[in-house]
Amino acid sequence: MGVGIEVRGLNAWYGKNLSLNSIDMTVAANHVTAVIGPSGCGKSTFVRCLNRMHETIPEARAEGSVKVGEMDVYGSGSDPVEVRRRIGMVFQKPNPFPTMSIYGNVAAGLKLNGFRNRKQMDELVERSLKLAALWDEVKDVLHKKSGASLSGGQQQRLCIARSLAVEPEVLLMDEPASALDPISTSKIEELIFQLKQHYTVVIVTHNMQQAARVAEFTAFFLMGSLIEYDKTEKIFTTPADKRTEDYITGRFG
Amino acid sequence: MPNLSAQATPQEVGLVRRLTNAGATTFAVAAAILVLVPLLAIFAYLVIKGIGSINWAFLTQTPKPPGEVGGGMANAIVGTGIILAVASLIGVPLGIGSGIYLAEYGRNRFGDLVRFTADVLNGVPSIVIGIAAYSLVVVPQKHFSAFSGGVALGIMMIPTVARATEEMLLMVPNVVREAAYGLGIPKWRTTLSVSLRTASAGVITGCMLAFARVAGETAPLLFTAFGNQFWNLKLNQPTAALSLQVFTYAISPYDDWHKQAWAGALILIVLIVGAVAAVRITTSRGMLKGGS
Repeated sequence: MGVGIEVRGLNAWYGKNLSLNSIDMTVAANHVTAVIGPSGCGKSTFVRCLNRMHETIPEARAEGSVKVGEMDVYGSGSDPVEVRRRIGMVFQKPNPFPTMSIYGNVAAGLKLNGFRNRKQMDELVERSLKLAALWDEVKDVLHKKSGASLSGGQQQRLCIARSLAVEPEVLLMDEPASALDPISTSKIEELIFQLKQHYTVVIVTHNMQQAARVAEFTAFFLMGSLIEYDKTEKIFTTPADKRTEDYITGRFG
Repeated sequence: MPNLSAQATPQEVGLVRRLTNAGATTFAVAAAILVLVPLLAIFAYLVIKGIGSINWAFLTQTPKPPGEVGGGMANAIVGTGIILAVASLIGVPLGIGSGIYLAEYGRNRFGDLVRFTADVLNGVPSIVIGIAAYSLVVVPQKHFSAFSGGVALGIMMIPTVARATEEMLLMVPNVVREAAYGLGIPKWRTTLSVSLRTASAGVITGCMLAFARVAGETAPLLFTAFGNQFWNLKLNQPTAALSLQVFTYAISPYDDWHKQAWAGALILIVLIVGAVAAVRITTSRGMLKGGS
């Protein structure tokens, strides 16, 4: 089951540049929340702060409080590796491990974390590939083909399956469909809709129609600040802030 | 129908462009052939000069005293194998280890220092490496040994392997590392099981280059492995090596030894090519079809 996320006073820097300015936001469990905004507004930085991926970039750091369920992400005893195991991430460009088979890709998170039970691993791989709606397309070539040999859309679903295999509580998606064609995009969107039964999903997107299609809640970021956060319907029909209205009506960005 | 006449169709490509294309292609093909010629010429010459002296006795017997016809280089073939095994056991792990450090952790002053040192070490004449191994291993042990020869060649392998590993790891896209971090895989595990694995084909090529380069070295072995006319399988005893044997025979006054020197050189080349091919075949067997 998914868990909720509570963000309080989150600041993030790249070197000396403040790129997120005291963000407060509560993400509902088992819902899809979209993060929209123009390029460079900090939306990717925001989701990367949620699972401490932000700090893997040299000179980047973050401060503030993020609670995912019971877990204090930036607490003093918190281990970033453990955080990332419980908060999965799907990236903009499909990034399967090129030298691993399809099975190897999905099982990687388990294997490389010391999981050894072969039978259980087979089951988890199958379950994850089914959840990612890829099983039927690859079940006969699981061990024979490399993850990199799939099409772009299939690779992205493989990456989603790979994230799901480690059984995270939250799934972060950083523009997961922006590098894909319309058919693959609609498959990913359908998938996101299915996934919220089991996970809390936060999705960054450039595409406002996409946000409107998949998300119950939408957050609008501008220049490192959270401008407006509400039900998707409200954001796209009667936004409270003038800047949100300007953005969604295409006046800038 | 839009007007396409502004765009050149294949038939309309100008004469100048076709000539430039033909010229560039000819140059590239000629350059490729020129690269192959010396290699093939050397190999052909070795075969012509050496094949006549290769027989069962050459491959199974130890050298005969000067003046006696016959004998072989069996001890030198085995000696070269032992020395190269020791060299690889030293050079490959240390080289890969420092390459990993340089690529994944070495973006700092110390990393620059290591990188500079490796490049300098790469340029140190091999005989100087031999002297270093002599004073580090032979002098304390008080006798020449196969081990000291392996140390000398191993030191020579390190910079090549390290720099190749670094370059190959840097070519692994950062998104692949991010994918692993995103799954909650610790950094050390990501480096070994994801980055190094993705770079493995190039790293293996680097190791084979280093191996092939030191396999024919003679100078560093002169006062380390020293050479031996008899069988020796012990690491701490003077040992024959093909390159040393070829050197000794080639500067000797005996006609029969000259012939054997040619044969020894041919065997050395065949063994190096064989070892590189064997590694390539075994490592490519596990690789998956498709993808990059």
